Amino acid sequence: MSHRELDDMLGKGWRKPHFIANPALRWGLIVGFAAYLVAAVMTIEVDWARVYAGLDRGGQFILSFTRPDFVTRAGDIWSGLLESIVMTVAASVVGILISIPIGLGAARNIAPLPVYVICRGIVAISRALQEIIVAILLVAIFGFGPLAGFLTLSFATIGFLSKLLAEDIESMDKVQAEAIRASGARWMQWINYGVQPQVMPRLVGLSMYRIDINFRESAILGLVGAGGIGATLNTAFDRYEYDTAAAILILIIGIVMALEYLSGIIRARVQ
Amino acid sequence: MPVLEKEGTQVWRRRTASETLIRWFGWLIGVAVFMLCWQRISEATTWFFVWDAPRIASDIWNRATPPRWEYITQLGRPIWDTLNIATLGTLIALCLAVPVAFLAARNTTPSALFVRPFALLIIVATRSINSLIWALLLIAIIGPGVFAGVIAIAIRSIGFCAKLLYEAIEEIDHGQVEAITATGASRWQVMAYGIVPQILPAFAGIAVFRWDINIRESTVLGLVGAGGVGLQLSASLNVLAWPQVSLILIVILVAVVISEWVSAKVRGAII
Repeated sequence: MSHRELDDMLGKGWRKPHFIANPALRWGLIVGFAAYLVAAVMTIEVDWARVYAGLDRGGQFILSFTRPDFVTRAGDIWSGLLESIVMTVAASVVGILISIPIGLGAARNIAPLPVYVICRGIVAISRALQEIIVAILLVAIFGFGPLAGFLTLSFATIGFLSKLLAEDIESMDKVQAEAIRASGARWMQWINYGVQPQVMPRLVGLSMYRIDINFRESAILGLVGAGGIGATLNTAFDRYEYDTAAAILILIIGIVMALEYLSGIIRARVQ
Repeated sequence: MPVLEKEGTQVWRRRTASETLIRWFGWLIGVAVFMLCWQRISEATTWFFVWDAPRIASDIWNRATPPRWEYITQLGRPIWDTLNIATLGTLIALCLAVPVAFLAARNTTPSALFVRPFALLIIVATRSINSLIWALLLIAIIGPGVFAGVIAIAIRSIGFCAKLLYEAIEEIDHGQVEAITATGASRWQVMAYGIVPQILPAFAGIAVFRWDINIRESTVLGLVGAGGVGLQLSASLNVLAWPQVSLILIVILVAVVISEWVSAKVRGAII
């Protein structure tokens, strides 16, 4: 700030600088956004009578969290939950195993250009398609059951892990890798001793995070027939058995919390 | 790192013998668990359908190509609805996430013993349940439609936004807060001039990031009846109109790519 500007500011109160400095851009964004908001709210049709009628049921649902019913449908809940866990474990293992070579291939500082392009392509496809859409297609192809869910979760894991792993490899410390190479290491030894120790903590952390996501996703795959607890949950909602639904939701939240706690411990140990 | 004496020469090893044994045992258990999971999936699968899968896949591909391009004229309104669900849902979520984040951050919470655990519970509970499940629930309560989608997206996003935001609040520079406090500012003034300017870039980044995710999620909310382009998808799937399905999938892909591009641009401009 020059002296002149400072002199001009003398005697005037201080004002907070704006987040977006350019006034034309700022007002343009504000007015445009306000116009959009009005248009958006106008076009949403809300049947307030229906909402009002439903509030009663909403209250019942919230109340049912205080008395969840684990017992009546214990068999269904248990088998659904077990299927979700089985799908999560199997898909995480397979997904992580496949995503390591693809992650290596998608790192520009390790892979040659053709491999890089192919691996990045796989990552892009896997990330652009959502789990539930992949699940619909796979159920159509492989039939109902946990196999479709397992394949869906594996496929989604590949996109997520490979991308983050590749980014981590690209930002690794070159000096260590070069030192290993200078000792005359073969390519496998170079990866194993030069690259792997640098990315391992993050890979473990990301894998734990992905297991967590996979479990959460496995809870909805049942909606389209791909196995897991989702089918049970959907049935409970359809029959207005809110206490059973509340029990399932509490179980899901509990398992996710336990997984998060566990992954926190493991990440702290690895790093 | 142990060095073994073997036939007069020193051999370097990465781990001691007992470490190797423990690791080997760990791997054994891991493989056993995976095989168990795979066995369960395999039991629940009709393998005849799986062997038949390539034929089915090529059959679906033949039916789905070429996409029915003229159907796009009917997709205008659903796409607009999808955009509204994502944007309004994100806005509502941000309004609700800000107070939750301030209650959850260690340095701003009024009471670390009573209020903070409650705020953390809100964050975990809303985050661990997928938006499709929230939509399912809200449809049972307030009826199908765009409004249920907006609320589902809003609830699902509270936890995500609040978690990232409270981590940003906990990482702020204390010197600035202290400087504002030293001028005799009240609690609210400290908030407005000491804390908010520091977290505003993070807040904008989180908002755009979540909006991008919400665009993805709102494209499939229609599968359970919560409005948007997913409704058309589910209707087309139900009547096996594969050319329409492939067109909708292309539309969803384009929407995802555009939203990701927008969010990357905006975040690049902020940071």
